[in-house]
Amino acid sequence: MSEVVEGIIQAIQLIVSLDEEVLEITARSLLISLTATLIGSLIAIPIGGFIHFKEFGGKRGLVTIIQTLYALPTVLAGLLVFLLLSRSGPFGFFGLMFTPAGMIIGQIVLIIPLMIGMTLIALSGVSRTKQDTVISLGATETQTVITIVKEARFAILGGVILGFGRAISEVGAAMMIGGNIRGYTRVLTTAIALETSMGNLSFSIALGIILLAIAMLVTGILFLVQER
Amino acid sequence: MIDFDQVVMNFGEKEVLKDISFSIKSGEIFTFIGPSGSGKTTILRLIDMLERPTSGNISIEGTDVSSLKDRDRIPIRRKMSMVFQKPSPLRGTVFDNVAIGLWFRKVSNEEIKARVPEALDLVGLKGYENRKAGTLSGGEMQRVAIARAVSTKPDILLLDEPTANLDPASTEKIESLISALKERFGITVVLSTHDMVQGQRLADRIAVVIDGRIGQIGTSKEIFYHPMNKAVANMVGVENIFEGVVATNEGGLASIDVNGASIIATTPLPTGTPVILYMRPEDITFHLIDGVKSSARNEFTGRITKVLPMGPNARLKIDAGVKLTAVITQRSYEELDLALGKEIGLAFKASAIHVVEQRSS
Repeated sequence: MSEVVEGIIQAIQLIVSLDEEVLEITARSLLISLTATLIGSLIAIPIGGFIHFKEFGGKRGLVTIIQTLYALPTVLAGLLVFLLLSRSGPFGFFGLMFTPAGMIIGQIVLIIPLMIGMTLIALSGVSRTKQDTVISLGATETQTVITIVKEARFAILGGVILGFGRAISEVGAAMMIGGNIRGYTRVLTTAIALETSMGNLSFSIALGIILLAIAMLVTGILFLVQER
Repeated sequence: MIDFDQVVMNFGEKEVLKDISFSIKSGEIFTFIGPSGSGKTTILRLIDMLERPTSGNISIEGTDVSSLKDRDRIPIRRKMSMVFQKPSPLRGTVFDNVAIGLWFRKVSNEEIKARVPEALDLVGLKGYENRKAGTLSGGEMQRVAIARAVSTKPDILLLDEPTANLDPASTEKIESLISALKERFGITVVLSTHDMVQGQRLADRIAVVIDGRIGQIGTSKEIFYHPMNKAVANMVGVENIFEGVVATNEGGLASIDVNGASIIATTPLPTGTPVILYMRPEDITFHLIDGVKSSARNEFTGRITKVLPMGPNARLKIDAGVKLTAVITQRSYEELDLALGKEIGLAFKASAIHVVEQRSS
């Protein structure tokens, strides 16, 4: 027990003293996951919009698959991207294995289904009458889509924030694709896993507190956004 | 200006509109009256091209729109505006809400800044520009929806039950606004309502929609006093409906045999014709049984079988050989010292009866 208390005290010291390695790992985590979230949104929101506004065969089936993939295990996303990026894989020549860029791709794959799904839920939350009102006021198809997406923007943003939460907290894909290389691909989650296994508890606890703080911040923003 | 020719509309298995044909003239207020679910909203949505008819043709200002591509519908739709039964506030201010149709049309910002206050002034919401649309009351939002619809200066204004969810004060404001729009700007107004009195107050012409069909089209006088069939009569409150046969007819003044009772009415139909008689409950007058003759051709004595108070009036069911429904003011009811089961004299004019030939169907 004293080990844990000691660990917490040391962890607080590490954070308060702005330990260089702690800061560096935190910054990398944020950079990778924010980038993944940004690129993921740019892909997921238009796809969600397309699925919502267009009628096509197999739409229901597609939506069901997307919903199933909300729970895509992180190690499976990692495995998929690993197979694609590894030297013998189809995109091996890019040399993205064990790079931050590779980790970003892994996280994008992981969070896109969730963000598409949240976009769909957000858009279907805009009433049919509202959409008809917009059309009846003389909107073109593009103007209708833009207006309805704007109407749903806070709900869509909620999905984006959820995606970020999933990205920053996952460890499977980051470990498998990034490889946890110190000073290069080591992020909060992979560092915690490693340091804990090495018995370096205070360092793990410090990173854990930071990760938890980020998660709380994200939830807080999500709450504020959805209150609007 | 708006022509429906044998329009049929199915939603899946359900036949919502069955062979609808009508023609709305430029500059008139045309009202669809009918119970909920009769298909009124679908007609308005078809005019606004939010739906495509299953079969039949719809033409707007001479253009057949039923087969137009979505893209080609927009320029025609932009000559119209539709206000829905439930107004949808869009995010943002009242200004944003009223301006949106103008933004869609790429009207210049200067003109938008001039037109939005103008439209708000018209609906009596001057100075509401910066309020959040989501904070308005139902009546205010419905007026914003109308301002939003008229800011684009449409030729045709479609209003789907615009006052269905509103209190009487808001309803009155919106009704006078609708009349003003027609008179000041010559807009063609197409309105749907389940409130027949509203239809009567506003409309130049009325179409009665019953179960996906048009029962009758005509002026309010034609509809309310000369219904063409029982369904229309029921809808517009003509509660006295009798079946009978013309017994005699002398120069248009006929005696009609209804279950042994004889009712005098004006009709050119010859002796022996099976007919249906229609009469509004308000056309029956009451008097004491004291031998004094009234000027009306039809005089009966009847017994009150049911009394239904309705605000300042009372609705009476009377058995006078024929079963009649009548309306009397509460004041007269008290002055004549009426009560359930009491005998009363009643009278109605020959001209109050609308006679329609009964066709075997």
